[in-house]
Amino acid sequence: MLLPDLIRLTTSSFLSYRMRSFLTGLGIAIGITAVILLTSIGEGLHQFVLAEFSQFGTNLIVIQPGKTQTHGANVGILGSVRQLSIEDAEALRHLANVEYINPSVTGNAELRVNGKTRRTTVFGAGHDLTKVLASTVQTGSFLPDDDPTQARALVVLGSKVRQELFAGQNPLGSYLRIGGQRYRVVGVMEPKGQMLGFDLNDTVFIPAARALELFNRPGLMEIQLSYKPNADLQSVVRAITALLKERHGREDFTLIPQEKALEVLGSVLDVITFAVGALGGISLLVGGVGILTIMTMAVTERTAEIGLLRALGARERQVLTLFLGEAMLLSALGGFAGLALGVGIAQGLHLWFPALPVHTPWLFAVVAELSAVSIGLLAGVIPARRAARLDPVEALRAE
Amino acid sequence: MIVLSQVSRSFIVGDQQVNALRNIDLNIAAGDYVSIMGPSGSGKSTLLNLIGLLDRPSSGTYKLDGGNVTDLNDEQQAKVRSEKIGFVFQSFHLVPRLTAAMNIELPLILAGISVAERKARVVQLLENYGLTDRADHRPDQLSGGQRQRVAIARATSMHPAVLLADEPTGNLDQTTGKEVMSLLEQMVAQQVALIVVTHDPVIGSRAARQIHMVDGQITNENL
Repeated sequence: MLLPDLIRLTTSSFLSYRMRSFLTGLGIAIGITAVILLTSIGEGLHQFVLAEFSQFGTNLIVIQPGKTQTHGANVGILGSVRQLSIEDAEALRHLANVEYINPSVTGNAELRVNGKTRRTTVFGAGHDLTKVLASTVQTGSFLPDDDPTQARALVVLGSKVRQELFAGQNPLGSYLRIGGQRYRVVGVMEPKGQMLGFDLNDTVFIPAARALELFNRPGLMEIQLSYKPNADLQSVVRAITALLKERHGREDFTLIPQEKALEVLGSVLDVITFAVGALGGISLLVGGVGILTIMTMAVTERTAEIGLLRALGARERQVLTLFLGEAMLLSALGGFAGLALGVGIAQGLHLWFPALPVHTPWLFAVVAELSAVSIGLLAGVIPARRAARLDPVEALRAE
Repeated sequence: MIVLSQVSRSFIVGDQQVNALRNIDLNIAAGDYVSIMGPSGSGKSTLLNLIGLLDRPSSGTYKLDGGNVTDLNDEQQAKVRSEKIGFVFQSFHLVPRLTAAMNIELPLILAGISVAERKARVVQLLENYGLTDRADHRPDQLSGGQRQRVAIARATSMHPAVLLADEPTGNLDQTTGKEVMSLLEQMVAQQVALIVVTHDPVIGSRAARQIHMVDGQITNENL
């Protein structure tokens, strides 16, 4: 039997039971829709979260004071942690493969200018923040490359702060009071968006040494460091650890490579996508049971036809192929419908609620369609084998 | 061409053994026209099914065209059926969702014959049996006589050596029945062995060789 004939014959039985075929295919379609919809949302979420976390670049290492990954009990009074200092940050700058460093202190302070006040996030930062955290200055310039311990009182505004406090005027050169001290505005940042609900534009940047003073802190909250993109992460981590150990006498700090964090996050999100996909898979299974039912009925109804085919010279294998082909056709068409429906609903949801990220990778679509066909194949095996093994004489007698 | 020697066929029904055929010896040559008559349960249809390789004898041997076909496996049996045997049934056994043309084409499709060759043969058969203007009709749009003509066209599409007809006129009125019989009889002239099972003596008496069966045995030939 030639393939086009197989398709012609299976299609003919598919078409002669239109309603039944439609409903059976619908079972698979709903299953595939559920799988595609859920995994599209899962994958959209995945990409959304990763994009949020990688908007500062990926060749980033964050160094925080305190060792958080040690095993064993708290060392208590003996284990007093040495703060990370601006000098530590400066020392790291000279390591091989380290591109830029940024000493960082964050806090909340009151800004006052033109008779307006605003509480906002104040970042204590170094000259290279824009390079480490992949952000850009809109007007003016970022904090100058001053001696980091004796930095001048200069400030760079986030776009929202500029808008709120200097609406309609050029802020460059104006003076701003932060916690009682006068700072001169030297630049305004490009809008950066949000990170997990935290407005990155409602901020101002002042030199780290001055922020330490402002917040009355003994040391930096963290040091951000970017390494050369082609450098080996492991060796950079080793070099930083060795240097800081030498300066501190022990390992009382923690390195968090962004790449590692993203990897862990990515795999967690993959598991979530897989889990919701598996939930959708349950309905796909139910669709498979539908095909099994309908094919079992078809074999019973068409017993005489099976007998006839055998009398006309059909082999057991040909009868098997015909019924398997029918089951696969049902599930493949149902699968395509489900695919279209799933992608359609996903995109529709995205149009309706733009905040909901959706993404349907090609791979998912292909895998979903393949699993639909294989479910049809599996569901078809039992009825098709029954059809093939019917005794032709008995089958012909059925009418 | 058909040589049955000492062929028996028994079934187990419940815990009883039923001997449908007992020690049948039968020779049928190419171009023979044979009718098999007898009461229900006499084994006519079982004999026909055996000759058609839809069934196997419990004992004895069956030679077709010189080859022993008694112990062929399913695959080989199907091949012999496809190439050498044509069936015509009382209830026509057309596939209801396929057109007349496609019903005729079915054995050719199963045998894997090329599209061009198939098309040519189907067109010729439709013409031979006066069905050209019915080619695209489904069986439920055809009269009984037309349906049986489609079935005969289908049975002859593979140029079989043996044509087996089980009560071919059973569902037809007399006039149509006679027409159908004469179509079947045309094949005899082409050296096809025609075997007709019937319990209608009028139909049966048309055959050159008339076999009577009772209780699984051939009682006599040609009254």
